[in-house]
Amino acid sequence: MENLEHFLTQVWFVILALFLFLYVMLDGFDLGVGILSLTSSDEERRSILMTSLGNVWDANETWLVLMGGALFGAFPLAYGTILNALYIPIFGMIFGLIFRAVAFEFREHSTNKVFWNLAFGVGSFTAALFQGFALGSVLEGIAVDEAGHFVGSIWDWLDWRSLLVALTLIQGYVLIGSTYLILKTDGELQNTHYRTAKLAAITTLIGAVLITIVTPVVYENARAKLFHQPEVYIFALIPALGIVLVGLLLRSLNRKAEVTPLIWTILLFLLTFVGLGLVVFPYIIPPDITIYQAAAAPSALVFMIIFIGFLIPIMLFYNIYNYIVFRGKVSGVHYTE
Amino acid sequence: MAIWADTVALSRMQFALTAIFHMLWPVLTTGMAIYLVVVEGLWLRTKNPDYYRHARFWSKLYVLNFGIGVASGLPMEFQFGTNWAPFSEAVGDFFGSILGFEGAMAFMLEAGFLGIMLFGWGRVHPVIHYFSTIMVAFGANLSTFWILVANSWLQTPAGGELVNGKFIVDDYFQAILNPFMFISVSHMFFATLETSLFVIGGISAWYILNHRHPEFFARSLKIAVAVAIAVTPLQIYIGHLSAEQVAHYQPTKLAAMEAKWETSPAGQPADWSLVALPNNKLERNDWEISIPNGLGYILEFKKNLSEPVLGLKEWQPDDRPEMVGLVYYSFRIMSGIGFFLAGLMGVSVIQWLRGKFAPEAIAHQKWLLRTWLLAAPLGYIAVESGWIVRCVGRQPWVVYGQIRTAEGVSNLPASEVLTSLLVFAAVYTTLFICALFFGSRIIRQGPNLELPVPGIENQPAVETEPAKFIPDQRPIEAQQ
Ligand code: HDD
Ligand code: HEM
Ligand code: HEM
Repeated sequence: MENLEHFLTQVWFVILALFLFLYVMLDGFDLGVGILSLTSSDEERRSILMTSLGNVWDANETWLVLMGGALFGAFPLAYGTILNALYIPIFGMIFGLIFRAVAFEFREHSTNKVFWNLAFGVGSFTAALFQGFALGSVLEGIAVDEAGHFVGSIWDWLDWRSLLVALTLIQGYVLIGSTYLILKTDGELQNTHYRTAKLAAITTLIGAVLITIVTPVVYENARAKLFHQPEVYIFALIPALGIVLVGLLLRSLNRKAEVTPLIWTILLFLLTFVGLGLVVFPYIIPPDITIYQAAAAPSALVFMIIFIGFLIPIMLFYNIYNYIVFRGKVSGVHYTE
Repeated sequence: MAIWADTVALSRMQFALTAIFHMLWPVLTTGMAIYLVVVEGLWLRTKNPDYYRHARFWSKLYVLNFGIGVASGLPMEFQFGTNWAPFSEAVGDFFGSILGFEGAMAFMLEAGFLGIMLFGWGRVHPVIHYFSTIMVAFGANLSTFWILVANSWLQTPAGGELVNGKFIVDDYFQAILNPFMFISVSHMFFATLETSLFVIGGISAWYILNHRHPEFFARSLKIAVAVAIAVTPLQIYIGHLSAEQVAHYQPTKLAAMEAKWETSPAGQPADWSLVALPNNKLERNDWEISIPNGLGYILEFKKNLSEPVLGLKEWQPDDRPEMVGLVYYSFRIMSGIGFFLAGLMGVSVIQWLRGKFAPEAIAHQKWLLRTWLLAAPLGYIAVESGWIVRCVGRQPWVVYGQIRTAEGVSNLPASEVLTSLLVFAAVYTTLFICALFFGSRIIRQGPNLELPVPGIENQPAVETEPAKFIPDQRPIEAQQ
């Protein structure tokens, strides 16, 4: 029984990680494109950028909604405690996403587009920034009492380490956004994004290296875990693989490949994700509460696997189909009706 | 305690504001999605290009609403954790699972097919396009279903019990099929449909009144009237069933809906109050007009009550809703609108049968058309009032009879909640004004009746431009 319970809980941890990964990857390029739009030189280019997202941003954002619901159902304690602790970054992110979302419609219909350009760009930037803060402060740990309830202060999330994570995440989003645009655009616009992708690859790398160094130096828990005997080899493998991937990415950018830069970037994201997952596991509210303490009753986990687990392949299927229907370069500049 | 220092009051206000605002948009998108399925189906069947253009025109309003619906839905999803952490922890096993289902079954389906529905014309086969439209409508209505399952369970928690502050579920299906579920889902389903019908009908009436494409919009007005024949009376009937279930399961709410302070015993008639001025302090209505013996007829279609109707004084003030007047008037506004819309449907049907809807006659129905225009916002008002009855009438409980609202609130400094509440108020006011502005711009622009109709055969995925005719400009001799 005990084993089964542990197993179910781990399954839900993996499902949540999957939802979060899909969100970070997919809405990551949306937000990256949004941030890049701030540097666009003219309306036409901005329109192309927004058109490249027109049919997908909503579905991509829905992975976040799904993650929220699944976290609520599978780990109610973590849902309550983490969101309570991160009140400011969560609402910061939400307001950013609200402006990003309405910008699509309102910009299309408005005659003076300046305000909605800003809503799109600044909204994306704000959302990315606060996501980074939220991620950073969860990795750092949340102050809880023995029942797992938040007891810290409302500004706990703000310090230089979570700022470092936030800035790196923004770079990562710009990177994946640029490689997505390399795939979706051509000509001069595509060239611009070869340049931004190269730049972002280097700044992301710097951020990642800093985080990798800071983590074991500053956090005892992480240190104990990272330098534990057999695991240390796995953990050493991750940065090594990361460097190889960045090398491959830069090479494909130099060769002006169209598809491979996006693939290498996605693999980089995946690698980072696996690394973070291994550092955090089995905690869901680091540093004190494990997934087993925060999990819902086993019956709830089974109930949710029946209704959600089996839908995952179907959801993936029609999302992929959507990408297939709209494959190819962006033509025309209409992202709504 | 001053209200700006009271975390509980501020969190409640924030939830109320965000829910009321969010509710404005899905109402139209869920109902109108069904209308879009209908007109696209009519187009595929009849090949009449007008139906195709209807689909294209209304879906412009549809996306505008959709965008704001999604944007305002996000805070709903996360707010339970940020502002109601103890509540979330206590009920997450069930309530959270249901929100998860809503995401996986409804939102994802809707979002995944929306792109094809909006931009896929000519890119995919019409049958696949139609399938996508159906999936969008299906997803939207599934979302209504799941969110009402969740909310009904807050009204009549079933399927388990509260043990040490955590709700332990022993039977999930019983919890889903809780006593309120079926009627509440139906009432909400018809509410979205009814609201959308009167919005579509009202806008169509405006065009006809302004002599813009009267024939084109007579079509949508007639569809609205035809569907309303079934929907408006049914909605009154289901509303009546809702009141009955409230009477049975939530006596405090019923007493607030009727501003009833004293109990009426069984076996006797009781008056039904039409207008009143409830006074919480003195526990009575300062002033009242009532219909003698009305209550029995309303609840049970007969004069004498077979069960007692309890008055608010039966409970301690802490155990009953505080805002009696709000619940009382919201209920009357909703039911008033329900009867008004049914009446409007009745008059319209009579005029239709008298041949007044014929293309040459319809524009002369000035008063009828003006009334339709006036009725366009009424559905929204009914929906919002209905929710106020439901949520405010449930107080002081967040999970009726089990968890008090005040126990469910996160431990947050009031200043923080006040700040987020004020930002919400500012952002939502802006969005509301922008939506009205751009919505009316879309309406003033009107439909594009020249829009080419995509062929039934699959069209090439690439847009091709017709080749330009460039006259030969070489000298005549060279052309030989
Ligand atoms: C177009 C919208 C609309 C219309 C015309 C009506 N309603 Fe309604 N009503 C709603 C839209 C609505 C709603 C917004 O959808 C609610 C809120 C929650 C729910 O499930 O439905 C609701 C709730 C609601 C409740 C509260 C249920 C509860 O608290 O649990 C009652 C008693 C009624 N309705 C009764 C009526 C009656 C007697 C009506 C007509 C004569 C009526 N409604 C017309
Ligand atoms: C269907 C999903 C909904 C759920 C699960 C839900 C749940 C809740 C919760 C948890 C609260 C806060 C606690 C409380 O004050 O009782 C609340 C309050 C409230 N909700 Fe709902 N709600 C839903 C939909 C709506 C909608 C659509 C509206 C309005 C259009 C609405 C109007 C209100 C109001 C006015 C309050 C404040 C009541 C008060 O504090 O006096 N709700 N609801
Ligand atoms: C009766 C009440 C509600 C109904 C009928 C309803 C219905 C819908 C529908 C149909 C959508 C799709 C967007 C659109 O069509 O505009 C939507 C969006 C959304 N709703 Fe609500 N909702 C209700 C209340 C709530 C509540 C209480 C929550 C909180 C959990 C919520 C969370 C969301 C979220 C997160 C979205 C965005 C989904 C996306 O990204 O596609 N809704 N809602």
